[in-house]
Amino acid sequence: MLRAAGPWRGCPGRAGVAGGDGGGNNEVQWCFLQVKGAIDEDVAEADIISTVEFNYTGDLLATGDKGGRVVIFQREQETKSRPVSRGEYNVYSTFQSHEPEFDYLKSLEIEEKINKIRWLPQQNAAHFLLSTNDKTIKLWKISERDKRAEGYNLKDEDGRLREPFRVTELRVPTLKPMDLMVEASPRRTFANAHTYHINSISVNSDYATYLSADDLRINLWHLEVTNRSFNIVDIKPANMEELTEVITAAEFHPHQCNVFVYSSSKGTIRLCDMRSSALSLCDQHSKFFEEPEDPSSRSFFSEIISSISDVKFSHSGRYMMTRDYLSVKVWDLNMENRPVETYQVHEYLRSKLCSLYENDCIFDKFECCWNGSDSTIMTGSYNNFFRTFERNTHRDTTLEASRESSKPRAILKPRKVCTTGKRKKDEITVDSLDFNKKILHTAWHPTDNIIAVAATNNLYLFQEKVN
Amino acid sequence: SAQEAPRAAEMEDKVLSPEKAEEAKLKARYPHLGQKPGGSDFLRKRLQKGQKYFDSGDYNMAKAKMKNKQLPTAAPDKTEVTGDHIPTPQDLPQRKPSLVASKLAG
Repeated sequence: MLRAAGPWRGCPGRAGVAGGDGGGNNEVQWCFLQVKGAIDEDVAEADIISTVEFNYTGDLLATGDKGGRVVIFQREQETKSRPVSRGEYNVYSTFQSHEPEFDYLKSLEIEEKINKIRWLPQQNAAHFLLSTNDKTIKLWKISERDKRAEGYNLKDEDGRLREPFRVTELRVPTLKPMDLMVEASPRRTFANAHTYHINSISVNSDYATYLSADDLRINLWHLEVTNRSFNIVDIKPANMEELTEVITAAEFHPHQCNVFVYSSSKGTIRLCDMRSSALSLCDQHSKFFEEPEDPSSRSFFSEIISSISDVKFSHSGRYMMTRDYLSVKVWDLNMENRPVETYQVHEYLRSKLCSLYENDCIFDKFECCWNGSDSTIMTGSYNNFFRTFERNTHRDTTLEASRESSKPRAILKPRKVCTTGKRKKDEITVDSLDFNKKILHTAWHPTDNIIAVAATNNLYLFQEKVN
Repeated sequence: SAQEAPRAAEMEDKVLSPEKAEEAKLKARYPHLGQKPGGSDFLRKRLQKGQKYFDSGDYNMAKAKMKNKQLPTAAPDKTEVTGDHIPTPQDLPQRKPSLVASKLAG
């Protein structure tokens, strides 16, 4: 059920679907808020952003990069003295999460690139997040220190031990305020559980367990236990010659702690219920989602472009969204035989598939995300373009993350790709698109209209225009 | 003729679909492209990501035997270390951890 690209101005104000999916019908106008990162033309590979994630409140925004580093930004609180810096994000903490490794036994080079970051819900003053590279997941604790003890008996102020005979009287150390220091420390390392490359991690709604998925297997962990994990999905065939598909993404249901989904390179999604199998192996899926394909339209590229690069549940838990190379699809969990909505991201690329295969762009893995009310979805494209689709109005917008439109509170102008011969002013032709400028990672604040867009080594933040 | 007309129509059908046109272009450039498109070849390549050639056994044996001779090494322009010479740890791309802080935090 393909819908043509382009705004559907004919059906404004269509009644939204019940259950947390209704949104305002007013079109959101986006303004530039901030951009982070260097402006140099020469981008170091380590600086390429590989994951972006808001925490549960949206006050913290984490990024991971190819160099294994994590940078966390914190939203500035509005104060009477600084009303102008409304909602700005500034650096809160940064640390080296993973380092490159070489597995001499398997002759395998393990990249330090952070594939995913997932926050845990906050339960005390500290913040916790999970970060993973291809092989190892780590739990990091980020805590603040704003007090320091002074007046120790056994050491003096610069930390040197005092001679014991010089200690003539006893005093009680006192806590004195100090400049805020944010410390990140690794609390758990979950290693040696994945033969293949980890593509996803997902925290369960029980806040005690999480899953990690690689190309062929999915493991379930308890956050407190690092020396044991349970294998819950295994699609490795007995004979590797028979391998036909791999796992591309996995996620826990936002409310049902026994349910998770995983997507495949063949464009299918399996929903698994961990209660249904006594052996805790979910190979027998509970639901199987696949859109029927017209066999006459099948080509060499069909399977490659159907490979799902991301799967995300809606906040309501009623829907899930999948991203394949050319489109985003919304699925109703109660309907397995086809998606309920399909949005074309960049259909004009269908006639460029040969070149995109030759330059490997056809294997690019784009992510997608929901807004807080599930009324709008967003995903990236090439030329630093990203797209938003309003589900109720079918309005779609193409925007660009560029330095040119990076003036404070400047409204982003919608962009348009020219697909016919006649290029209008301000339009860009398909052949002029820069395929090296890919927006693979985007994130939407959990409640507000603030979006984070990773453009190679730069992080753009956009905010809804407020009058 | 009556024979040609249906064939021309068939050709037209193929040319009309952009995806099939792209497939024809690809097959013209790479006539030996595998018959199983999205199948095993891609997947196996994906699963083998990160695989480098280094055999510590070969390396140590070669070091022991050839103390006086030159170890065969990779040509300076070769970036790929393959099986026809004895690789040394120096041949492996040096992956130093990032000691520099991320520019996002700058």
